[in-house]
Amino acid sequence: MALRQAAIYGKGGIGKSTTTQNLVAALAEMGKNVMIVGCDPKADSTRLILHSKAQTTVMNLAAEAGSVEDLELEDVMAVGYGDVKCVESGGPEPGVGCAGRGVITAINFLEEEGAYDEDLDFVFYDVLGDVVCGGFAMPIRENKAQEIYIVVSGEMMAMFAANNISKGIVKYANSGGVRLAGLICNSRNTDCEDELIEALASRLGTTMIHFVPRDNVVQHAEIRRMTCIEYDPKAKQSDEYRTLAKKVLENQHFVVPTPLEMDELEELLMEFGILEEEDESIVGKKADEAVA
Amino acid sequence: MQNVDDIKQSYPLFREDEYKGVLNRKQSDYEHQHARDKVDETFLWTTSEEYQELNFQREALTINPAKACQPLGAVLCSLGFEKTLPYVHGSQGCVAYFRTYFNRHFKEPVACVSDSMTEDAAVFGGQKNMIAGLENAKALYKPEMIAVSTTCMAEVIGDDLNAFIGNAKKAEAVEEDFPTPFAHTPSFVGSHITGWDNMFEGIGRYFTLNYMEDKEVGSNGKINLVPGFETYLGNYRVIRRMMEEMGVEYSLLSDPSEVLDTPADGEYRMYEGGTSQDEIKDAPNALDTILLQPQQLVKTKKLVSGTWKHSVPDLNIPMGLEYTDSFLMEVSRITGKPIADSLARERGRLVDMMTDSHTWLHGRKFALYGDPDFTLGLTKFLLELGAEPTHVLCQSGTKRWEKRMKKMLDTSAPVNHGVKLYSRHDLWHFRSLMFTDRPDFMIGNSYGKFIQRDTLHKGKEFEVPLIRLGFPIFDRHHMHRATTLGYEGAMQMLTTLVNAVLERLDDETRLMAQTDYNYDLIR
Repeated sequence: MALRQAAIYGKGGIGKSTTTQNLVAALAEMGKNVMIVGCDPKADSTRLILHSKAQTTVMNLAAEAGSVEDLELEDVMAVGYGDVKCVESGGPEPGVGCAGRGVITAINFLEEEGAYDEDLDFVFYDVLGDVVCGGFAMPIRENKAQEIYIVVSGEMMAMFAANNISKGIVKYANSGGVRLAGLICNSRNTDCEDELIEALASRLGTTMIHFVPRDNVVQHAEIRRMTCIEYDPKAKQSDEYRTLAKKVLENQHFVVPTPLEMDELEELLMEFGILEEEDESIVGKKADEAVA
Repeated sequence: MQNVDDIKQSYPLFREDEYKGVLNRKQSDYEHQHARDKVDETFLWTTSEEYQELNFQREALTINPAKACQPLGAVLCSLGFEKTLPYVHGSQGCVAYFRTYFNRHFKEPVACVSDSMTEDAAVFGGQKNMIAGLENAKALYKPEMIAVSTTCMAEVIGDDLNAFIGNAKKAEAVEEDFPTPFAHTPSFVGSHITGWDNMFEGIGRYFTLNYMEDKEVGSNGKINLVPGFETYLGNYRVIRRMMEEMGVEYSLLSDPSEVLDTPADGEYRMYEGGTSQDEIKDAPNALDTILLQPQQLVKTKKLVSGTWKHSVPDLNIPMGLEYTDSFLMEVSRITGKPIADSLARERGRLVDMMTDSHTWLHGRKFALYGDPDFTLGLTKFLLELGAEPTHVLCQSGTKRWEKRMKKMLDTSAPVNHGVKLYSRHDLWHFRSLMFTDRPDFMIGNSYGKFIQRDTLHKGKEFEVPLIRLGFPIFDRHHMHRATTLGYEGAMQMLTTLVNAVLERLDDETRLMAQTDYNYDLIR
């Protein structure tokens, strides 16, 4: 098959890295050739595949060697479960430097060194919480990831983030081939979560490609620095990830998203009882005033 | 005081007593300088082996780099295309620098625009600047192509040229089919040669990548020649002359030799000459592509071999005797045209010149610095002349450059040659070497003059005279028009080198009744 490149975005802490690695493990299990490129200075996008604390990153190695030009591909690429190729772009400590540039540098390096070889079926970019600057949009530039999955849950902030990310995608979709390929719901067991995310998806013009239920086996696997697929292939949760993988494999629904305005999004949340209707009369009132 | 009828420059003006007095007062009253002997002692220390050892342990600091930055190269590449306006997406000051840099070297105006990104663009991204900039640049300067490169600022915030230019066209800043090739050229990666390579790849990609269906290697019967970052205008001309003398059909892909050398006839030309869009569009149809500075043209090579499916012969820069021979033989092999008699005669003349000057050049020691292909070609030529290259420094060189140099030295230099190679070192390193292992001459760009001054300060017997070959040359005129490639270039370089040797000999032997027993009329 021709190489497909996908980027995974979503609010911080939503479970992007866990979902991505389990999805990738499931694809690898099906015999697909996959590479993960971690685009987050935290560098935790490959630990479950590699069983390591944190992979040595491109930027760390470049800083040590003095320049990224001094690196070889094999220095930065590790191979883990299911022959999944793993690269972490890495980046600075919080509060200094520019993590976005780290992503650009790392991806340019991979391209120049021929990491995108012809045998690859999939490349997944696991991108930091929010598209905060141009650097974090690097994975969705022309000729890179053409499909974007947003990991989301039924929590309000996660949905806000998903909507914001869609706005970012529109900018790039207008001039290029990048498309929203679906929402992946990583369940937090909130009320009517699946319906809510389906409703959000349809407003965005896309679909909820899969609802991944919450299951403690994921945490058990994670403590062992393993994907669920590897830790307990027979677990029900592993099948959920296999279903997700199958849906991704068969997915053909790629759209330019139609992000919601703020009040539309609030309306939707109210509809599902997540957000209460605003009572304008209490705005700006102190506690003692409110009583009166 | 300055006299309006006889305005003097700082030299000799400052030699007058009045100015000497002012300077002395300034120094004694305000500057609190160290004592002269302390300054002299420190200066001498910087010339020592001990200092050199410390100097070569430097890690985080570059002093006097022997390279420039990526967009500078991108601008030169763009200037080589017909009616093309180089456009730099980023801050204004960078573009002022590229323009002055070229002004000072070529003594010509250089048309190049920026979209003036300021603080708000750094926060919100430079898309607005791109839209307004493309529209204005096209309306004002009426180019037929705008070639876009970037400065550090745009690169750090991650501006996506492809998307921005696409959106600018959607916003009707310029027509959809108006040519806008682009290249990302962060200055903090690589050097001016990387920028040239990136821009050429961008232009080649723009005009050919999506139009390959009707292309067939060899169908236009031509040969493509890609110069790389080349600032000797004579080199563009000599390449053309050699091809024409052989009756070879060719495309010189990027040729700024007209726009950087326009006649003063009362008419300002913003654009002049250059490779046409038709030529670059037709380039994949050529028999093959020769990269004149292959070490620089890494991305270009990928495009030419990967997309155009050309074989790209493995040659070196056509500098000096043997490398020019190989170049011409390869051109002959590819095109089936014999090497022209006129070129064979020219070669013979070069060999004649080499033997004529051999006595003066044999065993002379030269240290040199410059770009990878230049240093390779010149070191090779020095060896052909019987000279001894000692230290070769290439700040933009990589391990690959060192490998290539070593391979050349293994076959071309005497077995016990002492040639030392320094990639990624700067001119402050080079300065140390000029004191601790003094060659007869150094060869490089204008910046070497300060090393010459420093070596002279230690004493006449320590002076290392600079021979100006390279880029930039700001302090001598018209040398950018010279030739360094082909037999013609070898002749010119040989003339420069041997006359530098003879000038120096005259300089040392004209002391009356001391050394003038060797101050000869005939050399």
